[in-house]
Amino acid sequence: MEAMLFYLVALVSVISAFFVTKCRNPINSALCLVTTFLCLAVFYVMLQAPFMAAIQIMVYAGAIMVLIIFVIMLLNIGSVGKSRYTHGVAGAIVLSFLSFIVAAKFIAGGTVSKAVGDISAEVVQSYGHTELIGKAMFTEFLLPFEIASILLLVAIVGAVILSKRKV
Amino acid sequence: MISVYHYMILSAILFAIGSFGVLTRKNMIVIFMCIELMLNSVNLTFIALSRHLGNMDGQIFVFFVMTVAAAEAAVGLALIIAFYRNKESIEVDDFRLLKW
Amino acid sequence: MYSNLWLIPFFPLVGSIINGLFGKKIKNEKVIGGIATIAIFLSFLVSCQNFFRLLGDTEKVHQQILGSWMSIGILNVEWGFLLDPLSALMIMVVTGVGSLIHLYSIGYMHGETGFYRFFSYLNLFCFSMLMLVLGNNALVMFIGWEGVGLCSYLLIGYYFEKKSAGDAAKKAFVVNRIGDFGFLCGLFTLFWALGSKGVWTLNFVEISENAHLLQSGGLLVTVVTLCFFLGATGKSAQIPLYTWLPDAMEGPTPVSALIHAATMVTAGIYMIARMNILFAMSPTTMMVIAFVGAATALFAASIGFAQNDIKRVLAYSTVSQLGFMFMAMGVGAFTAGIFHLMTHAFFKACLFLGSGSVIHGMHHAYHHAHLHDDPQDMRNMGGLRKFMPITWITYLLSCLAIAGMPFFAGFFSKDEILWWTFASTRGSYLVWIIGTIAACMTAFYMFRSLYMTFHGEQRTDVRAKDHIPESPWVITLPLIILAGLATIAGFIGIPHAIDVAHVGNGIASFLDPVFGQAQQLHNIGIPEDLAHNVGLEIGLMCMSVVIGLIGIGGAYYMYMKKQELPAKFTGAFPGLHKAVFNKWYIDELYDFLFVNPCKKIGTFLWKGFDVCVVDGVVNGIGWVVKGLASGLRYTQSGFLHNYAMIMVVGVVVIVGYYIFG
Repeated sequence: MEAMLFYLVALVSVISAFFVTKCRNPINSALCLVTTFLCLAVFYVMLQAPFMAAIQIMVYAGAIMVLIIFVIMLLNIGSVGKSRYTHGVAGAIVLSFLSFIVAAKFIAGGTVSKAVGDISAEVVQSYGHTELIGKAMFTEFLLPFEIASILLLVAIVGAVILSKRKV
Repeated sequence: MISVYHYMILSAILFAIGSFGVLTRKNMIVIFMCIELMLNSVNLTFIALSRHLGNMDGQIFVFFVMTVAAAEAAVGLALIIAFYRNKESIEVDDFRLLKW
Repeated sequence: MYSNLWLIPFFPLVGSIINGLFGKKIKNEKVIGGIATIAIFLSFLVSCQNFFRLLGDTEKVHQQILGSWMSIGILNVEWGFLLDPLSALMIMVVTGVGSLIHLYSIGYMHGETGFYRFFSYLNLFCFSMLMLVLGNNALVMFIGWEGVGLCSYLLIGYYFEKKSAGDAAKKAFVVNRIGDFGFLCGLFTLFWALGSKGVWTLNFVEISENAHLLQSGGLLVTVVTLCFFLGATGKSAQIPLYTWLPDAMEGPTPVSALIHAATMVTAGIYMIARMNILFAMSPTTMMVIAFVGAATALFAASIGFAQNDIKRVLAYSTVSQLGFMFMAMGVGAFTAGIFHLMTHAFFKACLFLGSGSVIHGMHHAYHHAHLHDDPQDMRNMGGLRKFMPITWITYLLSCLAIAGMPFFAGFFSKDEILWWTFASTRGSYLVWIIGTIAACMTAFYMFRSLYMTFHGEQRTDVRAKDHIPESPWVITLPLIILAGLATIAGFIGIPHAIDVAHVGNGIASFLDPVFGQAQQLHNIGIPEDLAHNVGLEIGLMCMSVVIGLIGIGGAYYMYMKKQELPAKFTGAFPGLHKAVFNKWYIDELYDFLFVNPCKKIGTFLWKGFDVCVVDGVVNGIGWVVKGLASGLRYTQSGFLHNYAMIMVVGVVVIVGYYIFG
């Protein structure tokens, strides 16, 4: 049952990912990407990380994709007549395939050790995923968390300055 | 039974597709989306391994990757808009001033 | 005791600095000339004090060490001064004649542009010369040695806007460099040779004390002394390096008098005298010196016959007289050589200053008449006796002195030299014969210049004729003093044979502490049987007087009595006259042998080696880099995908290397 679900969702995600690179119209690409993100959210749930699935949908599918589509609409980019690919398609296919081979070999060749942490499925069940994330975030990773907030602030200011017509 | 390897292979496939998109597409926004795809494939690896190892750190990492991705989206899209204002185009081939 | 030695070179240095830095601002010629003259006169006074103190002192060698100059391992060099009879005599000559010539220059250089420059150089020259003379080690001497060369260069090129003056200055400098090369080689060899015996020193006193460590007559000593002699030929204008001195007459006349007659050119003599112990150890070198000196004396005198430029005659006369001094050094007559150096300084300075006075007058007359004739050409002179009586008298006295007429200064010194060449253990009859002939020729051409300048009918352009003035007192006073010295200075060195009043040979006994040791050790001197042969000595003396008179008489006959004779003579031997007039084509020979090949090699190295090879390598590297860059820059396509592709390739290769490798 779980395997069936995995293969189905994996198939959908790969196809939709492929169409991200394939579609002539950026809007279609964006919609395909949203599909991929949703598939990934499903995987997160299957991996017992419901909080991550939630923010995957909210941040990626919700915020970032909306922003991208917003820009596409704003710039009024339709499908273009001329080729959407550069001249190096063949090379890019070979390279991508090679990088996949390298990664696969790495995965196949490596041995992943048994569980070393104490966060088992039962623990997640009993405490709740959000609580675990929250505890880690506000204790152990408090400083990176704060730095991330500064990063976001800087990004906002940068975006405003870049997109203003006259500074 | 679905093991961590399945997830990692899937992640590798998604990453390769993303890199193919980055290497071939001319449209800057599509390239941008492909980069997001690559980031997500890595996120999947993080969460799969986090689950497998019984450790929350990987998921925290994904959290920060999302933060950076959000920041990147904001700045990157702002850049695209600025480019578009100058050139009336977002095709990367039109931006090749930095050459010989 | 002798702690104020340092003041002697110090005063001229200060004078030079003041005039050099502020002379342009001061402007007033009297102040500038006054500063320079007072500076050198003060050092003359200090020299006098030290000289007379040394005269009455039993201890004859004194050193004053100011401090350490450099101390590098085994080499210890001090800023030190050495006062012994030799250097005492030299500082008297340098500062004494120097003071007179400074005074003279105030009058002579009146109205010249760069007046302050001249006096600054002149003082700097005196400083360098005094360092040369007083230095207690070879390196301090070398500072002076180079310093006088530099000042000579600057002063010859004083009229630097004239090309001939610039060329002459360069020639003097380059020829002197060849000599300096020899000097340095000698110095290094000596330092090493003594050092290998355990005495690392450059101090003259220590060199003298330790010279016995070297093998007498050995190859090493001969090489060292020959190198030093090469240095001396450069500075003192001997064959083969004499050619710069006649050209040096491009400088102002006081410069010719001070530097190129009285002091600097005697530096070579002084250096040999200073190292007399080493030279005494090598009979070979002494013989070479004697013959080179004799050859120079004869050769330069022969050129002096046919020169019409009054200063050139004097220049060749200087070369010839320096040849006499070298002859003296070569036969071991160190005392006589230094004695002749001193008397020569007096009468030759007087002759040069006299010629300067004449030139000054002629220049004035031509200037007055708006003519552009050559004021130095003796063919335009004649009969100047009436216009310049003081100049004439002093010139005449000096001519008598240089011709070796009895009881003038030159008589004593020259006869002493000739006597030694004849009688000394290191002497040689051939040298004596050459010396005697040269003495005759000296008398001839000096009186030729005297007659052509001051006697006979006046050949000056009629328009300028009556405007020739006698020079002012600043010019005539030094002339009178120097002529007086040229007349009486010989009496400090009365030879034994005619010493009827038994006053003794003052200069010989004075200089004995310097030379006596070497002469005794190496058996240099007049053999016993000849030393008491008074008749022979007096006979030779009379003979040289007669020979001098023959020279004078010949000049009188040819240039006063039968004035058509020189022209006839020239007509009879046109080739000979042409050769002599053109200085035996020595300059042309040197050009052919050395200068042009050097130029050719230089041109080859420039156009062949430098342009092709050196520039080729440098430019080639540039070309290669440029070519590579212009090829590689096409990798910067500006296409984002190319960069991304290369980046991915890099990632795949690196990660793949770790996974598959």
